[in-house]
Amino acid sequence: MHPTEQDPSETLQEIRSIMERSARFLSLSGWSGVWAGCVALIGALIAHDWLQRLNWNPSRYTDLIRMKFIFLGIIIFIAALGGGYLLTLLKVKQQKQQFWNHASRQLVLQIAIPLLAGGFFVIGFLNYGNEMYIAPSCLIFYGLALLNGSKYTLTDIRYLGYLEITLGCICIFFPGTGLYFWAAGFGVLHILYGIIMWNKYDRKKVQ
Amino acid sequence: MANLIEQLNKVFDSRVRIGIMSALMVNESINFNDLKALMSVTDGNLASHLKTLEENNYIRIQKGFIGRKTNTTYSITKTGEKAFRTHLDTLEKLIKKHN
Repeated sequence: MHPTEQDPSETLQEIRSIMERSARFLSLSGWSGVWAGCVALIGALIAHDWLQRLNWNPSRYTDLIRMKFIFLGIIIFIAALGGGYLLTLLKVKQQKQQFWNHASRQLVLQIAIPLLAGGFFVIGFLNYGNEMYIAPSCLIFYGLALLNGSKYTLTDIRYLGYLEITLGCICIFFPGTGLYFWAAGFGVLHILYGIIMWNKYDRKKVQ
Repeated sequence: MANLIEQLNKVFDSRVRIGIMSALMVNESINFNDLKALMSVTDGNLASHLKTLEENNYIRIQKGFIGRKTNTTYSITKTGEKAFRTHLDTLEKLIKKHN
């Protein structure tokens, strides 16, 4: 059909839709936020339990214990990311859209860069025994990663980024409370964000 | 009204071409497969529309490789951007007249 023969406002709407679909990956599932938050909270509880047994005494942190915490961190990261990926994949399949496209590649790349930089910082702090900087740098770099990625997905993710950065900045000045800030940022905020997103985007599709 | 319709760019008389231009307006460059998925068209169909746009100097083609596979990406030219903006303006004017 010729666009000239069709309603010009329809053509404009199509143009807008293609511009949005081609530049942004809009199928992020709200459930993946809830999932990531729950995984983070469980991880934080386990870490809390371990620290309790050590009486929160840094002089008792042996290399073996450090390795245990690193291992826990890696497991949480993989579980949160893997579950989020699967839930988003499910949503993409339901919408009969493509998962791997121009926008999603950009999104992954733009999030990965600050996240990797943050990862190196955390490894460095662990290496030099500066545990108090781990939680703030996790939060700040993660927030920056979200901010960077928000150009390629739902813009709402930007606000989650702002909150993570703010939490991270406050956390620096409360040494010893890192785990609580970490649980608030990666647990509570993710769950809240997931519920809000589900309510805003996913629920409408169901009705 | 008739006059405005005549002003509409004939190159953009196709949905696929409009789609390609829209996508390239907001992305620095996009490869063939992503464009194909975005527009849900066949290889041959997309290729012929891309050719028309290229002949009009509206888009630019970059041929590259990812490993051994060819990776052809497309981006919009200054001429293309200008032509598409003018087309959008005309469409908007048509809507205003219509109302």
